[in-house]
Amino acid sequence: MKLTVWTYEGPPHVGAMRVATAMRGLHYVLHAPQGDTYADLLFTMIERRDHRPPVTYTTFEGRDLGEDTAGIFKQTCQDAYDRFKPQAIIVGASCTAELIQDDPGGLAETMNIPVPVIPLELPSYQRKENFGSDETFYQIVRALARPMDRTPAATVNILGPLALGFRHRDDIEEVKGLLYEMGIGINVVAPFDATPEDITRLGAAHANVVMYPEHAETAARHLEKTLGQPYTKTIPIGVGATHDFVAEVAQICGVEPKKDLSRLRQPWWSRSVDSTYLTGKRVFLFGDATHVIAAARIARDEMGFEVVGLGCYNREFARPLRALAKQFGLTPLITDDYLEVEQAIADAAPEMILGTQMERHIGKRLGIPCAVISAPVHVQDFPARYSPQMGWEGANVIFDTWIHPLVMGLEEHLLAMFREDFEFHDEAGPSHHGGHAPKPSDAGGPAPQTPRHISGTKMDEPRSDEGPAPTGADVMVWLADAEKELKKIPFFVRGKARRNTEKFAADQGLQEISLDTLYEAKAHFAR
Amino acid sequence: MNTPTPVPSGTCRDAPILKERGQREVFCGLTGIIWLHRKMQDAFFLVVGSRTCAHLLQSAAGVMIFAEPRFGTAILEETDLAGMADAHEELDREVARLLSRRPDIKQLFLVGSCPSEVIKLDLARAAERLTQIHAPHVRVLNYSGSGIETTFTQGEDACLASMVPVLPTTDQRELMLVGALPDVVEDQAVSLLTQMGIGPIRVLPAPRSAEAPGIGPNTVFACLQPFLGDTAAALTRRGARMIQAPFPFGEEGTTLWLRAIAEEFGVDEDTFDRVTAAPRARARKAVANASEALRGKSIFFMPDSQLEIPLARFLTRECGMEAIEIGQPYIHKGLVGPDLDLIPAGPTISEGQDVDRQLDRVRAARPDLTICGLGLANPLEAEGLTTKWAIELVFTPVHFYEQAGDLAGLFSRPIRRRSLLNLEAAE
Repeated sequence: MKLTVWTYEGPPHVGAMRVATAMRGLHYVLHAPQGDTYADLLFTMIERRDHRPPVTYTTFEGRDLGEDTAGIFKQTCQDAYDRFKPQAIIVGASCTAELIQDDPGGLAETMNIPVPVIPLELPSYQRKENFGSDETFYQIVRALARPMDRTPAATVNILGPLALGFRHRDDIEEVKGLLYEMGIGINVVAPFDATPEDITRLGAAHANVVMYPEHAETAARHLEKTLGQPYTKTIPIGVGATHDFVAEVAQICGVEPKKDLSRLRQPWWSRSVDSTYLTGKRVFLFGDATHVIAAARIARDEMGFEVVGLGCYNREFARPLRALAKQFGLTPLITDDYLEVEQAIADAAPEMILGTQMERHIGKRLGIPCAVISAPVHVQDFPARYSPQMGWEGANVIFDTWIHPLVMGLEEHLLAMFREDFEFHDEAGPSHHGGHAPKPSDAGGPAPQTPRHISGTKMDEPRSDEGPAPTGADVMVWLADAEKELKKIPFFVRGKARRNTEKFAADQGLQEISLDTLYEAKAHFAR
Repeated sequence: MNTPTPVPSGTCRDAPILKERGQREVFCGLTGIIWLHRKMQDAFFLVVGSRTCAHLLQSAAGVMIFAEPRFGTAILEETDLAGMADAHEELDREVARLLSRRPDIKQLFLVGSCPSEVIKLDLARAAERLTQIHAPHVRVLNYSGSGIETTFTQGEDACLASMVPVLPTTDQRELMLVGALPDVVEDQAVSLLTQMGIGPIRVLPAPRSAEAPGIGPNTVFACLQPFLGDTAAALTRRGARMIQAPFPFGEEGTTLWLRAIAEEFGVDEDTFDRVTAAPRARARKAVANASEALRGKSIFFMPDSQLEIPLARFLTRECGMEAIEIGQPYIHKGLVGPDLDLIPAGPTISEGQDVDRQLDRVRAARPDLTICGLGLANPLEAEGLTTKWAIELVFTPVHFYEQAGDLAGLFSRPIRRRSLLNLEAAE
């Protein structure tokens, strides 16, 4: 049993729903109680889809449990087939139905449904959403893809994009563009917009492009083994990675690595002098492993940031992330515990967070700007406009997205110079954010009011008035002058200043921080 | 007083009910935690369930709550199910950890889920044991919010019902208002009744456990929401008596609800009129303005919040709409009977759901407005139908006089929006 406040991933059957909803002509019959239908709103509200997900739930009730839940499943399966006439059906159980062990796959097999029925075994009490999507797509491919003649010209399949994916819709277009420039044709894109019939044609391609290993690696491995199709390992997010991707595809397909760089603006935007202020910005990265690995390279090599922490919530992909963290000289945070992530970010006191929807909340709480780089994401991360992460345009989009939460170049200096101006003060936030400026909370933001633990740079709300005031050697007291001075430091560097000063004071064995301590620490850490 | 006389024959109370079984497109009772944990400020809701439960709570919240919420999920894992770990020991450990992190918590609700019920995890026993461990600082209660036993707002009913047995006993003649309403609305209700000289007035649930109302044979209570059947039964078992009335939606509903209580407490007509005249007039005016776009329009209720019948009464009688079908997850005539009495026969009254068949009826009827859950709204809009999501009705202050106009506005806004937007290319 594990206490959870917020979750990064849903249960595995939601992963299966993401595959089913992305496809056309496929129907998912899910043995589940009525409350599980909430999952529809993920697609209709958060992603704004204009169709119900192709999912029929059995919605059994308590009174059915002693009776014939298997019969309810069979009836639901038959009704769903008769009503929707899909090309193929996937069947499975949600967490509750898993416990009553009706074996939906076995039941459906006895029913003589005249289309392929693909059973899913998704262990709800061990695995999570990404496992569910990867396994479901693999089972569909395994059931339907068959060896066949390759297309005469070089073609590839594009594997991995799903419903409810972070920018999957637009990433597909970018990847198609990169392939088009090399003269490589697209055989099938799947699961996004693919039909079961399309899946049967996967074998005609010469290779597979895996866009999101989290959702398609098992299927790609299966296709490599059974159909001899190699698959790409590079994820084209960022300028460097996109160059590498083009080189990898060209090598696999035996074509020239042709590129059209006319729309790539990121390198000049990053080199231009206005971007100098980005130098050494301390960023914390958290999300799914694939996006974090890509973002770390961009942050360091293409933005000139300093990566001060990174981690992922999907343990399945922890290994490459660990390797990368080593290169950065960091200890990676592999966890799906939201509170642990919040603590790590508070401890690292970065100037910006690159994370998921959850880290946006953490950033809001700690007063740290945040840009979203990975699922899970909310409704505002499904924009109407074209906004990919992959390819050349993706690199441009990422540049814009990441600098948007920050206070920009000269404004940063002005804030530092005239920090007591009643209108133009740091707590108003970046001026281009209008009324929606992130208001720093008392976490990364304002100076401490009372003696506080340095061991626990914890941002706990005062939860009890009864608790004893902290005492002892690890208590650091900010003297009034120093505290006042700290408040004058713009909020986006205040967390760092406070942290550095306290560290300096602790190293010196001081228990009081005076104005001098503050400036000695500043000189000590000057770079 | 101009009490509207119920139509003598042919009201919806006696109309045949279309009972359906099939796929239901509704939330489970866990959803109620989203508003209950805000209402009860020293309570924590610990769902004992699966990852799905945790995912539901954060998805249904729509926007997530930025502070650390006063709810969480103890997620059952393989070892709990396989009997490799004693689930009760695990639960004790998680609760101890939670309470040490949150010393401000005085009431802990262990909330049962589909998985915990299927594996027959005895949360009542756990609650008793944990109460003993953590008394007197924390009281631990339990209820079921599972999807196999409860739908959406029924979770609040189960939660409040679980609190009734531990309410202190009193012989005082008191009025208890039952239901978790936004503070602003609750204050208005209390103020109106107080002005009539009615009191003392207590509310269940109280914002803090120390303020929990007493109960006894001299308690009378009125429900604020039409989904509190089990709570009403539990209160009755403890000797309290229910005041039946239509629910306080709109000017008419509010007046009838207040009048029923006023009669119980022997308030004279002059006093009643003096207190209600001004807000009644305001409510009528606000409803008249806000319901302009609704007059003569047809409406179809998919079953969702359990508010469907009282709202249909409001929309048909005060806003001039015509109901085609009024679906409710379940119908408890002991609660919604007075509302059914006021709706003239005509609309289909349905209970339960077979969502695909019901959608066929929606498509055939093409109502001007369909009230439905979040999973159905955009798909129906894409088919050219105008919708209103039901969940907003439980997240927005809509009860009593001062909100009557807002309530009508919730329904008229989608219709006004459709007429405002001009998204086609100019010819």
